[in-house]
Amino acid sequence: MSVIMMLYYVLSVYLIGMLIWNFVREKKSKNDMLLYLIVAVPFVLRVLRIK
Amino acid sequence: MSREWKVKSIFLLIVLVITTIAGVQFYNHRHYMVPLVAGPGVTKVAKLSDYCEGLKGTAADTNVFFMEGKEEGGKMIIIANTHSNEPAAALTAFLFVENAIVDKGTFIVIPQFNNSGGRNTRAGDGYPLYFNIPTPWGDKKFRMGNRDASPLDQWPDPDVYVHYPDRQLLSYLDIRNTNRTWPGRPEGPLMEKVTYAAMQIMREEQVDMALDIHGAETMFPVTNCIVAPDKSMKIATMASLTVKAKEGFDNHVEPSPTGFRGLSHREIGDYADTLPFLVEAPIPFLDQPTGPKTVDLLLDGKDPFLLSLSKKKMLFVPYDESGWPMDKRVGQHCSVALELINQFSKRNPERAIKVESVPRYAEVVEKGIGYYLHDPEKADKANIYYE
Repeated sequence: MSVIMMLYYVLSVYLIGMLIWNFVREKKSKNDMLLYLIVAVPFVLRVLRIK
Repeated sequence: MSREWKVKSIFLLIVLVITTIAGVQFYNHRHYMVPLVAGPGVTKVAKLSDYCEGLKGTAADTNVFFMEGKEEGGKMIIIANTHSNEPAAALTAFLFVENAIVDKGTFIVIPQFNNSGGRNTRAGDGYPLYFNIPTPWGDKKFRMGNRDASPLDQWPDPDVYVHYPDRQLLSYLDIRNTNRTWPGRPEGPLMEKVTYAAMQIMREEQVDMALDIHGAETMFPVTNCIVAPDKSMKIATMASLTVKAKEGFDNHVEPSPTGFRGLSHREIGDYADTLPFLVEAPIPFLDQPTGPKTVDLLLDGKDPFLLSLSKKKMLFVPYDESGWPMDKRVGQHCSVALELINQFSKRNPERAIKVESVPRYAEVVEKGIGYYLHDPEKADKANIYYE
């Protein structure tokens, strides 16, 4: 695995963290809550090396 | 628990369930192995990494089948699943490896050239994950792959792919497309290593002819054809005319463009002594204006929207209610491959290749491709390889 590829995995983990953080902080909008989770799905699948 | 967290918990559960279901399907697809029964003609099985160290242990490594005749002669390499969403190529390669007997010369067959692409999917386009081919002993299940290698194996993509060595600017996606990364380099991105390894086979084994098997949309002009550079043109033309006259199907010849780099039919001829040929059979599944991308569409090629377009003369191939079945596509590939060998052997008797037990177009259409696939359950385990 190249260094750049590893950096992209680190970036993905960071983005998942940011999305979960926003999900936790969201108090009112159900749309946004769901959106944060859905946007995180491809990142989760990538970090788990599934898709 | 507050109302907010009740809602959040429900959302989390729903997304988790969906992610798990999709994740299991994607994981199983990527790791599904298709058994191939090596026929009596196979004399040696190597790995692509034997020709490029950098492929060892990666998802891009793949089997290379050698079928050596008793008599010395010419050599031909057959490359299938350069684009794994064009599965007639892999089925043709399976047919060759499981059935062909080479009397003179050598066949080298790579059934799953872009192994990473064969384990990738195009979920956004609703591609099926698998398809079944009916055989006399039951259905044989194949993976449906994608055009490009999986980003799990080569990531990230650049903004623009700068082709090596010509430095032509290509689409970013093409860095994962093994029909844009020729001639490759040993230290390049993974897909350049794949094409470099194939180039090394051709250079080290002194291969005379290379056949790269593809499929193309019915609305794309470069379909149902043999693409060849100048050095391969005479053989391609004679093969095209002969199959038309003797077997009644069209397979016109397209010249390989000199200014478009990275393609097998361009770079193989420029960077090795090998004569390259790329064959395309129509695959309606890949056309954009079709109905759902179902397994039926993949196998029988029947689509009402394409039929309507055909009546308006907007397709580049003849198209009617019978569609463009898989058996017809595989049959064309078999006949064209055999005719290319025949034409090459006539011109180069000292490097002739003689092969038996490979059916031609009419036989494959009549019996179906499944007839030529062998039952792995009944085969000697030593002869089973996984693609």
